[in-house]
Amino acid sequence: MRSLIRTHATEFSLLAVIVAISAVLSFATTNFFSLGNAFDLLNISAVNIIFAVGLLVVLIAGGIDISFAVAASVVQYGTAIALGWIGGGGWISGLLIAGSLGVLLGCFNAFLIHRFRIISIVATISTFNIYFGLLMFFTRGVSIYDLPDWLTDRVILFEREMPDGTWIEITLPVLVMIVCVVATWTLITRTTIGRQLYAFGDNPEGARRFGINIGVMQFIAFGWLGLMAGVGGLIQAHYAQEVVPNALYGRELDVLAAVVLGGARLGGGKGTVLGCVLGVLLISITQNGLNLMGVSPFAFKMIIGAIILIAITLSNTRIERLLPFIGQRGTRR
Amino acid sequence: MTTVFERIKVAAGPEMAGPGLAFIAVVLIFGIASPQFLSAATFGSVAFQLPELGLLTLAMLLPILTGGLNLAITFTANVAGLTAAWVLKANGGVDAGLGIFLVAALLALMVGAASGAVMGLVIAFTRAHPILVSLSMMIFLRGLGEFLTRGGDISGFPAFVGVIGHGSIAGIPVPLIVFVVCVLAWHLLLGRTKLGFNTYMIGSNLEATRYSGINTRKAIVLVYTLSGIMCAIAGIIMLARFNSVRIGHGESYLLITVLACFLGGVDPFGGFGRVIPVFVALVVLQLLSSGLNLVGANQHLATAVWGILLVVVMILRWAVSRIRISIVRRGS
Repeated sequence: MRSLIRTHATEFSLLAVIVAISAVLSFATTNFFSLGNAFDLLNISAVNIIFAVGLLVVLIAGGIDISFAVAASVVQYGTAIALGWIGGGGWISGLLIAGSLGVLLGCFNAFLIHRFRIISIVATISTFNIYFGLLMFFTRGVSIYDLPDWLTDRVILFEREMPDGTWIEITLPVLVMIVCVVATWTLITRTTIGRQLYAFGDNPEGARRFGINIGVMQFIAFGWLGLMAGVGGLIQAHYAQEVVPNALYGRELDVLAAVVLGGARLGGGKGTVLGCVLGVLLISITQNGLNLMGVSPFAFKMIIGAIILIAITLSNTRIERLLPFIGQRGTRR
Repeated sequence: MTTVFERIKVAAGPEMAGPGLAFIAVVLIFGIASPQFLSAATFGSVAFQLPELGLLTLAMLLPILTGGLNLAITFTANVAGLTAAWVLKANGGVDAGLGIFLVAALLALMVGAASGAVMGLVIAFTRAHPILVSLSMMIFLRGLGEFLTRGGDISGFPAFVGVIGHGSIAGIPVPLIVFVVCVLAWHLLLGRTKLGFNTYMIGSNLEATRYSGINTRKAIVLVYTLSGIMCAIAGIIMLARFNSVRIGHGESYLLITVLACFLGGVDPFGGFGRVIPVFVALVVLQLLSSGLNLVGANQHLATAVWGILLVVVMILRWAVSRIRISIVRRGS
């Protein structure tokens, strides 16, 4: 147990923080500690978690991607148009179209990065501007509200009436999220490709000499994120019941903050699915709790930003290191 | 003639090739495509649009040179602008005097410096990744601004503030003068001062710099503080140009500043890059945007073309390095 805590320090400290915040919130508010609220949290966080596990794979492989949220917007729009062409479709065709469009956009990133040796942050900032600029140019910023019925109908997988008369429910986004989380977990911990991704992220040159095909790794990592972005984009359209070209603009940085908070290292080779999910949940729980406590929604971001700033300050250092004059003991870091 | 050329080459450095070629290409292509392109009107509009993006790019440049990133730039600028706006509002609004404006500007600069200093301290003392630190600062500042303004905007400033945004002295726009002064300040800072030297050293190798007896923590804190001050200057210019302050003004510039830095030949891992090529890259971006506007396309297409331009420059750089390698191989 102790070694488990040591090897998963980030996950345990995140869990501890979540438990602490939840404990405070259950005393401070009447509604926080209820099954209904927990399910609401899951329904709300589903899309972000789908994005987050995709981004995690890229971070593990030593890359970074800024373009995925905008790519998801492109996928939403493209899928909505493609579904119009084929005359409706269903969940299967919707997921297939969205998934393959996403993979295509992700692989374009991988192509630029691998073929022309462009650093991933440079390549994805370029594609961010290309995708978003072209999307806004061709759509003229017009939203699509006329979506097929199957896409906008709420799919309730589990519902039950609570003793106090409220209904609790789990909807389709949660199921898709679970599938994506399990699939990502399987990919990075239970397959050879996963081990190779970690090795590649930790030390690309070492991995190359070891016989790992670097190009394949890039395409798998960015393709996987593309797949997740595509699926997440479709689910977001389902959840919001509309396609708005700039709705996901800016989401990439929020997701990035959550994933890195969850222990993934910018620079590669480190990160777990559990930590990533906990990172997203910590932010959602804080937001949800503030909402229930009646704090003005305008203050949410401020408090969340401060919490992340404090969390990284504390997780990267001990207090005495912050005060070099007190804690001087010969060796300095 | 050749010596002059050599002199220019040495002064401009190897980073100049990309943006220089892009500049010539853009001027040639749009000069042919549109007869109005090579006119005073185009350069006038570029001169007024350049400073906003340019000042924010300067704020982004220093952290990138140390191997970091400052994602909080636009919201630091917004919050600094808000500070100035409030001081003006609280002291007469439209009737505020020049003294009040100076106090407002000073307070705005202090707010920018404070936000930068906090980031610098966290990055220097905890070794947390700059992307994450500046990201949480960005989220915090955006929230702070939205909380304080409720998402609305603040306007109503004395008339002379507008001069900073729209006026010209001897035919040269005032914001452009401010921007060029800042470019020169950064150029001197990086080329002639100890802090500039340390910035490049830290970007190349932090550990080696620390072992050579340089106080890297102090340098990092100073770099982010200066970056915050530059954001505040951008915030004041934005206040004057829009005659209002709203949280979210210039949000779309964030990633474009990074793009401009990379287009200007700055190494994404830090350590290499100069101010003047970045300045040229900015001019290229604005010329592209104005040129596309003349041809009849909109701002969003310009954004896409900016992205394509960066990819093309990166591919060309890759191709040149490949050719160079093959020449070296054949030579030996």
